[in-house]
Amino acid sequence: MEHIVIIGNGISGVTTARHIRKNSDKRITIVSTETEYFFSRTALMYVYMGHMKFEHTQPYENWFWKKNNIELKQAFVKQVDTANKTLQFSNNESLQYDKLIIATGSKPNKFGWPGQDLEGVLGMYHKQDLENLEKYAPDNKTCNRAVIVGGGLIGIELAEMLRSRDIPVTFLVRETSFWNGVLPAQESEMINKHIKDHHIDLRLSNNLKEIKADENGRVKSIIIEETGEEIPCNVVGLTAGVSPNISFLKDSGIELGRGVKVNRFLETNIPDVYAIGDCAEQHEAIGQRRNIEAVWYTGRMMGETLAQTICGNKTEYKPGHWFNSAKFLDIEYQTYGWVFSERGKKENEIYFQWQHPRDYKCITISFDKNTHKFIGINTFGIRMRHEIFDKWLTEQQSVEHVLEYLADANFDPEFYKVHEQEIVAKFNKENGTNIQSKKKSWKRIFSKA
Amino acid sequence: MKIIKYIGLAIFLIGLTIFTGTIFTGNFSFTPQELDSYIAEKGYKNEVIKEELSKAIVTEQSLNIFQFSKKARNAFTNANAHYDELIAKYDTAKNWDKKGEQYQYKINGKPHTLSYQLAKKAGSGFVKENAGLMWFLTFGLGIIGALLFIIPNLVLLGKPGIKNDGIYLESATNRGWIAWLVLVYLVTFYLVLYFMADYAVNWTFILDPISKALNGGPASQWFVYGFLYCTIMLTMGVRMFIKYRHNKYQIVRTISVLFFQIVFAFLIPEIMTSLNMPGYDFKNAFPLDYDFFFDWNIENLKNSGGIGIFILIWGIVLTLIIVPVMVYFFGKRWYCSWVCGCGGLAETLGDPYRQHSNKSLNAWKLERWLIHAVLVFSLVMTLVTLYCYFSGAESLLGIKSQWIKDTYSFLIGAWFAGVIGTGFYPIFGNRVWCRFGCPLAAYLGLVQRFKSRFRITTNGGQCISCGNCSTYCEQGIDVRAYAQKGENIVRSSCVGCGICSAVCPRGVLKLENGPEAGRINPTDVLLGNDVNLMDLVNNK
Repeated sequence: MEHIVIIGNGISGVTTARHIRKNSDKRITIVSTETEYFFSRTALMYVYMGHMKFEHTQPYENWFWKKNNIELKQAFVKQVDTANKTLQFSNNESLQYDKLIIATGSKPNKFGWPGQDLEGVLGMYHKQDLENLEKYAPDNKTCNRAVIVGGGLIGIELAEMLRSRDIPVTFLVRETSFWNGVLPAQESEMINKHIKDHHIDLRLSNNLKEIKADENGRVKSIIIEETGEEIPCNVVGLTAGVSPNISFLKDSGIELGRGVKVNRFLETNIPDVYAIGDCAEQHEAIGQRRNIEAVWYTGRMMGETLAQTICGNKTEYKPGHWFNSAKFLDIEYQTYGWVFSERGKKENEIYFQWQHPRDYKCITISFDKNTHKFIGINTFGIRMRHEIFDKWLTEQQSVEHVLEYLADANFDPEFYKVHEQEIVAKFNKENGTNIQSKKKSWKRIFSKA
Repeated sequence: MKIIKYIGLAIFLIGLTIFTGTIFTGNFSFTPQELDSYIAEKGYKNEVIKEELSKAIVTEQSLNIFQFSKKARNAFTNANAHYDELIAKYDTAKNWDKKGEQYQYKINGKPHTLSYQLAKKAGSGFVKENAGLMWFLTFGLGIIGALLFIIPNLVLLGKPGIKNDGIYLESATNRGWIAWLVLVYLVTFYLVLYFMADYAVNWTFILDPISKALNGGPASQWFVYGFLYCTIMLTMGVRMFIKYRHNKYQIVRTISVLFFQIVFAFLIPEIMTSLNMPGYDFKNAFPLDYDFFFDWNIENLKNSGGIGIFILIWGIVLTLIIVPVMVYFFGKRWYCSWVCGCGGLAETLGDPYRQHSNKSLNAWKLERWLIHAVLVFSLVMTLVTLYCYFSGAESLLGIKSQWIKDTYSFLIGAWFAGVIGTGFYPIFGNRVWCRFGCPLAAYLGLVQRFKSRFRITTNGGQCISCGNCSTYCEQGIDVRAYAQKGENIVRSSCVGCGICSAVCPRGVLKLENGPEAGRINPTDVLLGNDVNLMDLVNNK
């Protein structure tokens, strides 16, 4: 029986394993160093915050793996011998495979800052990071202040985590405004304000110069590059992005770039070796996507796709319309299609924007200024229906159509205040149109694209 | 702000201590005249009881309720024992006539109930004489303290939004010693309420003036329970309003359960009683209202004129028509988390404990066996009761009507719904009764599962499997298991509290009523992936 070995028990690897099992009775082994069982990485923050226990982050009960005949091996892969199709573990055991799937995810970036490996410096990615945080920042007596370096999604989550235990936080952000490489200014500025509402000491346009140690080799303070200011702290969170976790593949003969190079079938240069998820790097970007997509959903989608190939139905990775979501402290964010920041958007793309006068709610719709084709939407504080936007993108609807039927897309809980009228009124005023907002219709919602 | 909170906690605990302490106060005794008039009023034919009771409780000694209860219960036991001896004697002598005569002298009733009735008349002391002051020192301090503890959360919880910080880090909400203490207190409370009401007679004295104002009579232990229930729901309702102030669904739903509890379950029945009508909770549907078809209730309603007949018809229409039709349009949430009293307590007092429901597959299996078994039990009981009522027989297929009613009332009505259902909140979560035991929930669930427009819609491929939804589902549904597959949640046990949707950090879940077609949508490959792949895998 063919033996499929998957390195990495994150969402990509586990999705592949599940789908292979649905379609075949191949022998499946999942190898992981980090934990025995699959857990949701995105939920680690809630464990520290006390919303959940670690066991709640595990989507499947522990008996699930045995029942589905998926073998789990907790070990660290030291080397991949592709010639003999063998994995060498750090404890000198080895494992034969027929097909190998690399799904080892990412590791936090470190940019060679002095002191970046001191005690008390941590990322927020692995379960071990969570354990370190519990050790170094259990409360605000042990940790008088934490400094977070890097203004992305993990950075703001780490800030939220620390604030949940009343630990003072200084947040160093390289950009002039939070995440404004991705978000339009309207939204980025709203998040800046919200960060400050949460009593987080937000330092925009500030970089880390070095981390200083006390006499025990533990973090004592950091120095800011621009001002030379020294900020005393007990914990430094490095959240300046992630990069593929592939150093164990150096001498394997598998072609590497920043990640494991794969084609559209998620195949590497070596036969029977595949890579998916955060650690996979497409030779050529798919559409407007990046070559490396370190996102939960894309990892899952690659897993769904690769399982088809493994089970004999060779399938190209063809992701549909882009979507993503996040939560910035109390503000939920969803995006469908493409909305680039002012820096990133193309010449033909323009925004329609609406912002609530008081609440933290706003939207940005990106559309083509010539054809009025709808390109994408960012929504903050308003939930939207994925199916509807996916359909509109497929149908290449106009921005006018999207606004007219916006009520169909609203996904907020019942009784929530809706804003379609105000949004449409603003568009009409700015564009001299006369769009009438249509009432929500189940018939339209369920009609297929 | 934190100081105010702690002061509130202290005041609350003082109120609670006084409330609990009142049980141990007061003097209980009769003068000979009082005893005579009590026996005359009760119409006891028993000739020994007077002597037994005057030995026991006509005394200058100051008896507390426990001593009084013991003596009174002994008196009743002795008085009945006298006739039991005679019965045994005539039985051996085969003197059937004499034997049969003796039964009329026996006094029926549970010892603690008989003792309660006596104690209600025999009590005196500070609590009884200063009911108003005592109300303030118990209920008053409890309410003030609780509100001082709760209201600072407006500031302390920070900006509106989901604030579950520290739930699993605190003893009270993480099954720590505080949780166990609360469990012991609640269980003891229910044991006293259901089985040893006489011990709590002092509580009824505190509420006598309010009861008289509402229904014209003194307070019973059930009046105390009802009043306490409303007070707790209101106070903890304030907590809900603050905690979920960003979520209008939760606000409206909480207003609704408070309204139905206070107006329908409490005020209307009390006012009806004061108007000499049968006190009836118009929202309490059979089979949750398990004694609706008991012979005494039917008799009572039949003898209450037009209103009684109306209630009888309303009760039947409610269960057979209104309940299922509403479930078809709105799901069982219209009842379980918007109207029901048990649900109301679970959604207010029980909210801090909602995370403790067991999400394992085994718990789900147990749930399905248990809740449907209780449904069958309640229906069999009702069939037997109705058959016996109309035919005059004592049993059906060997099941005695009285026996099955007593067994159900004891096991399901008192132990399951009360002692376990509420007492175990801090350890097993706030919906133990609703999930595993409530026969009405079982009935609503069957309708919801097979014929309803209600579902929790999963938003395409947005789920990140974080598990907040499953963790905070009070009904123990593994919501994530569906959401991460892009599948709508259609489960008989869902009471539609809306918390899964509220705690979701990615806006994945929405409770809604829509067309039945497409309500259940099993998927393997989620939205966002290759359209052809989705078609291939999902339509296979």
